[in-house]
Amino acid sequence: MRNTRDTQLLFELSKAGRRAVELPACDVPQEPIADLIPARLLATCDLPLPELTEPQLVRHYANLSTLNMSVDTHFYPLGSCTMKYNPKRNERLAALPGIVDLHPYQPDESLQGLLALLYGLQEMLSEIAGLDAVSLQPAAGAHGELTALMVAAAYFREQGERRTKILTPDSAHGTNPASASMCGFDAVTVNSTSAGFVDLEDLKQKLDDQVAVFMITNPNTLGLFDPYVRQIADLVHERGGLIYLDGANMNAILGVTRPGDFGTDMMHYNPHKTFSGPHGGGGPGAGPIAVTAQLEPYLPSPTIVKKGNGADACYQLDYDRPRSIGRVRSFFGNTGVLVRAYCYIMTHGPDGLRRVAENAVLNANYLLSRLQPLLPVPHGPRCAHEFVATALTLKQQRGVTAMDVVKRLLDFGYHAPTVYFPLTVKEAIMVEPTETESKETLDAFAETLRQIVDEPPETLHAAPLMTPVSRPDEVAAARKPVLRWREAEQPSQVEG
Amino acid sequence: MSYCYNTPEDQRQMLQAIGLDSLDALFDSIPAPLRMQRALDIPGAMGELELTAHLAQLAKRNASPSEKISFLGGGSYDHFVPAVVDYVSARGEFYTSYTPYQPEVSQGNLQAMFEYQTLICQLTGMEVANQSLYDGGSAAVEAVLMAMSVQRRQGRVVTAGSVHPEYRQIIETYFANLKTQLVTLETPQGTLPPATLEAALSDDTACVLVQQPNFFGCLEEVEQLAEITHRAGALLVVVTDPISLGILKRPGDYGADVVVGEGQCLGTPMQFGGPYLGIMACREKFVRRMPGRIAGQTVDRQGRRCWVLTLQTREQHIRREKATSNICTNQGLFALRASVYLAAMGPTGMREAARLCLQKARYAQAQLFASGRLEPVFAAPTFKEFVVRDRLADVDGLLADALQAGFLAGVPLGRWYPQLSDCLLVSVTEKRTQAQIDALAQFVAKTTPIKTVEHAKHA
Ligand SMILES: Cc1ncc(COP(=O)(O)O)c(C=O)c1O
Repeated sequence: MRNTRDTQLLFELSKAGRRAVELPACDVPQEPIADLIPARLLATCDLPLPELTEPQLVRHYANLSTLNMSVDTHFYPLGSCTMKYNPKRNERLAALPGIVDLHPYQPDESLQGLLALLYGLQEMLSEIAGLDAVSLQPAAGAHGELTALMVAAAYFREQGERRTKILTPDSAHGTNPASASMCGFDAVTVNSTSAGFVDLEDLKQKLDDQVAVFMITNPNTLGLFDPYVRQIADLVHERGGLIYLDGANMNAILGVTRPGDFGTDMMHYNPHKTFSGPHGGGGPGAGPIAVTAQLEPYLPSPTIVKKGNGADACYQLDYDRPRSIGRVRSFFGNTGVLVRAYCYIMTHGPDGLRRVAENAVLNANYLLSRLQPLLPVPHGPRCAHEFVATALTLKQQRGVTAMDVVKRLLDFGYHAPTVYFPLTVKEAIMVEPTETESKETLDAFAETLRQIVDEPPETLHAAPLMTPVSRPDEVAAARKPVLRWREAEQPSQVEG
Repeated sequence: MSYCYNTPEDQRQMLQAIGLDSLDALFDSIPAPLRMQRALDIPGAMGELELTAHLAQLAKRNASPSEKISFLGGGSYDHFVPAVVDYVSARGEFYTSYTPYQPEVSQGNLQAMFEYQTLICQLTGMEVANQSLYDGGSAAVEAVLMAMSVQRRQGRVVTAGSVHPEYRQIIETYFANLKTQLVTLETPQGTLPPATLEAALSDDTACVLVQQPNFFGCLEEVEQLAEITHRAGALLVVVTDPISLGILKRPGDYGADVVVGEGQCLGTPMQFGGPYLGIMACREKFVRRMPGRIAGQTVDRQGRRCWVLTLQTREQHIRREKATSNICTNQGLFALRASVYLAAMGPTGMREAARLCLQKARYAQAQLFASGRLEPVFAAPTFKEFVVRDRLADVDGLLADALQAGFLAGVPLGRWYPQLSDCLLVSVTEKRTQAQIDALAQFVAKTTPIKTVEHAKHA
């Protein structure tokens, strides 16, 4: 049953005098604050925060949580995001004392267990990538992209070159061109062929001595492995450029093929996708990057190095990296996410990781075969770990959009697939079932979609019908933004 | 072990349905020469029991601050985390969901985001907040980039040398590929002298970056700095310690234009540096230049109040190379934790925590200086951290001995400030007790030769 009283805003639930936390009395002799800090730097009143009790907070958030769909509760085939099961053992292990409570500036000798773990992770990520060196520092996939582009820029600077362009395919994720411009490059788009691959002719035309990096996603965002990836790499390398692999789709190729083996110079992982890190309602992630030996000197500082072997092995944070780009965030990295990735890889081993890829690709192909008769998959009939269907015919014939279709899925207890991405497919519906779903779920999902596409357009335009809210007015939200609660509930003053 | 459902029989049926005769055939589209001809060379699979033992073994080889008494800070702190924070963030409906692209099935997350934005505004005194950046350091560089874009000034960014050295390194790293110059102002007395700032500003200075309390724990004369900055037509970007705002004036109340900070102290464990929470808040008029996700209030088709992701035309998935930032996955879970923390603490809890930090840090200073071996370095008022100089100039020895004796005594400053290579940054949170502080002071006293004590007395 919905409880709407306790899901009022925290501020509406607040009552002066309530509290949830009581700290101990001060056990040291106290001095008057005015003697310690000049009045001009001190607040003149308490913070205007809400006042609530602990039970009230629990009820508030427990009820709010029930308004979310999640991997723990629902099938979540959100393409490109790899919403696979988040193993519970990883949570328990990442929360062990001696891991969860370590301070980033503890001396290395007090961190040998953790450094051994992280070093092991560096090694495994390097092997899975088929690349020589790894930095665990970046905080998410996009941050890894940016870091790697900085590495490339430093490399070219040392070569005495000032290359100005980054190429990205039109099907690339938005973070690719955004990372390019954050790094001071011009992002240039390369077209795809109708088959969904990089258009080699267009690439050749745009490829010149100003191109620093070609950023490719493989398998790409259409869920296709680009068979010409080696040729692409050769073309780019011939002109002195580098190949970046957006590793968001590593789930499809774990233990099957390695980016380094198909010409990649640098790549990022999304451990929150491939290695099961829980997505936390938006994050955290991590974005470790792997690079070839020639790019290793430029990786951010510190990396972890191992001294000695066997029982004498000891691990150190290596800050002595004179050619390094520097650092892209504070402290070591998103260690908590990396520990979970380590646990995930160790749980699977080499055969298990390959089975992940096999089952992810099997599930996607099976679901594709079930959905194809309902919604065309322009780049079918086969795919890697995900595929992109289109509602274009539905739209042309009955006025039903991709958005209508996926909103209706919500009514049946399925999270919506990604829609309107990649940009190269009109009315795109991007489905990624992942390996941690059953054939029964996939069958039921297909059956639901079969019913949906036959429903009257009015029903679909009105969908979702059973959710707590339906089709919020996003235009109004952007035109007159209300971005915080205010006592008097005055709308904010930003002009549209 | 795997988390797959498919039985061999399932696999057979599914392969048949798609017209393939083997799992290998699923990868036919990958050219044969590119396919691996061997298994990955990584350790063999471990069951849950073995893995648990393995991790326990690794954890045991670390000195956990739960066993050692920790005085480490420098941007990551051992503050108390109420259980209710863990409870809420562990709920699978929050924990295993993703960015709320579908508002109809994400109202829990969206409302929590809206509440977070409000709480951050209440905390900082600013008008709007975003839904998180990666950490305090990346929030600082994003703030600087945003200020450059708002001001349309690309020439220069001025930072106090007392801003977290890693934050400044991040900005330098980002700037290596841009045309902007980063000017770092020396802070020999521990804080930024207003006159030094005044002299460094130019017509093309986009913003000034200061930290309050700064990296040394000292309090800057922020009001003056704000005034000087604004007079030069630049924006003031302030790095704040959220816990300090239980007692210190809020950045919004002394003229900050953009506020960033490390939100780890608001209910997130230290976990060796991340994942943390990059806080960012600013003036409302800059919101369309802000990086990251933002939740906004609206109504649905039936007029029901609800929340959505808004102002998305700033973001990479719409604007691509013209986006305000490349950020996609953020630190949403820690924004949720910070919300629960702030709501649980309330105004009274925040005030109490800040006062406890202040008083205990003050007490620790007095006790440590009484040891004779350590002496004060800066005269400026401090909050929960302070710099001490080792009269024996043997910081490494002191730290190593302290570790042996059960203390993580402080952060050595030499790596970032060569002139402070005989100094430590000591941090004291509300969790430290008088007994623990006394124990550290006694330990330091014991390592102090009589001569040094005598000398200190006469100095
Ligand atoms: C194909 C692709 N590239 C890059 C990214 C960016 O990764 P992150 O969200 O971890 O920054 C994503 C995910 O969001 C993605 O799907």
